[in-house]
Amino acid sequence: MNRRHHDMGGLAAGPVERAEHAHAPWEKKVDALLRLLLAKRVMTLDELRRGIEEIGPDAYDRLGYFERWITSIGNILLEKGIVTVAELGEAMASVRRAAAAAGRR
Amino acid sequence: MSHPHDDPHPHQPDIEDAPLGYHETLTEALLALLRDKGVFSADELRRTLEEIDSRSPADGARLVARSWIDPAFRERLLHDVNAAARELGIDAGGIPIRAVADTEQVHNVIVCTLCSCYPRLLLGAAPDWYKSRAYRSRVVREPRAVLREFGLELPDEVQVVVHDATAELRYLVLPCRPAGTEGWDEPALAALVTRDCMIGTAMPIVPG
Amino acid sequence: MSPRFRPGDAVRVRAWDPPGHVRTPFYTRGRRGVVLAVAAVHPNPEELAYGRSGLPAQPVYRVAFSQAELWGEAAERTSDRTVADLQERWLEPAP
Repeated sequence: MNRRHHDMGGLAAGPVERAEHAHAPWEKKVDALLRLLLAKRVMTLDELRRGIEEIGPDAYDRLGYFERWITSIGNILLEKGIVTVAELGEAMASVRRAAAAAGRR
Repeated sequence: MSHPHDDPHPHQPDIEDAPLGYHETLTEALLALLRDKGVFSADELRRTLEEIDSRSPADGARLVARSWIDPAFRERLLHDVNAAARELGIDAGGIPIRAVADTEQVHNVIVCTLCSCYPRLLLGAAPDWYKSRAYRSRVVREPRAVLREFGLELPDEVQVVVHDATAELRYLVLPCRPAGTEGWDEPALAALVTRDCMIGTAMPIVPG
Repeated sequence: MSPRFRPGDAVRVRAWDPPGHVRTPFYTRGRRGVVLAVAAVHPNPEELAYGRSGLPAQPVYRVAFSQAELWGEAAERTSDRTVADLQERWLEPAP
């Protein structure tokens, strides 16, 4: 029987690490973005989950929680044709230019 | 000298001086693109962010405390959490939430082994550990060992029931009212109900 | 769609392992449990995940498993239980 990487109930693992971090502003924006996309019926929670499950075991373990979310959201929106690769490329370049202009790299 | 209340975005050196990461860039780019395309407005985004910030375990704690002093409310809560929350002016959202009540014989604990489903509208954002591989993997198999790490040692005669939120339902643990709180009012009782009490990894403790 | 199972019915989770988006945890597959209640009637997440409607909606059951059934000899305490919300097409009668 093949077990998928995210389906981890019952596996051995180390102690539960209880340190908590406050969400960064951009992480809250990922959360808000998902809520808006669900409310507008642009995508479903199941699509989000499927997108997270498809990022591969290495990325699943390496990425932070909201990094997984935004990766999935980006891929689902590309798949649906809501955004195109070129639009996203230009928009990301624009975000970087604005950050650099504000003294942030 | 600047006045703190004039600036809606106080400087956060740890966050804003950090390099702009790939995923943050992707997030900002998607937000800008979707705004430009009219999928949502800047105002809708702002209100959604405020809504996220407004949620905390205090809402869930009010429901629990009310259920301790009002048996009829408790029945309604066990029947339909979302409707009972509305009675107290709390919007618990569209996803049904089910309350699982502890008794002297049963201790409930919640998890989502497949992702991180959590009653966010009553408890606010889930703690990091709830979303961790360690918690999601282990709590279904060795709940007592996990609870012991949280400082909760359950007697042998108490049955542990783990609820794995695998469908579009969320769970909220309704802990037992602790002894020594007879006559307490609702706000005093609510103050005993922590987030972890409603996940099942803690029990309300009366300061002594 | 009227529910096929009722509270108290013994069911076995299908021992499938298809690729794709699935909401039946691996640790329940092939295991025998007892229906506690019909939890909801929902569109199929296995279809919703791919942008389809998931209709018709199907019953989802709260199914309780003993720790002994899930983990055998390795169970921490055999009388403890785990409850999962499972879709009807993943369940078969286990009289």
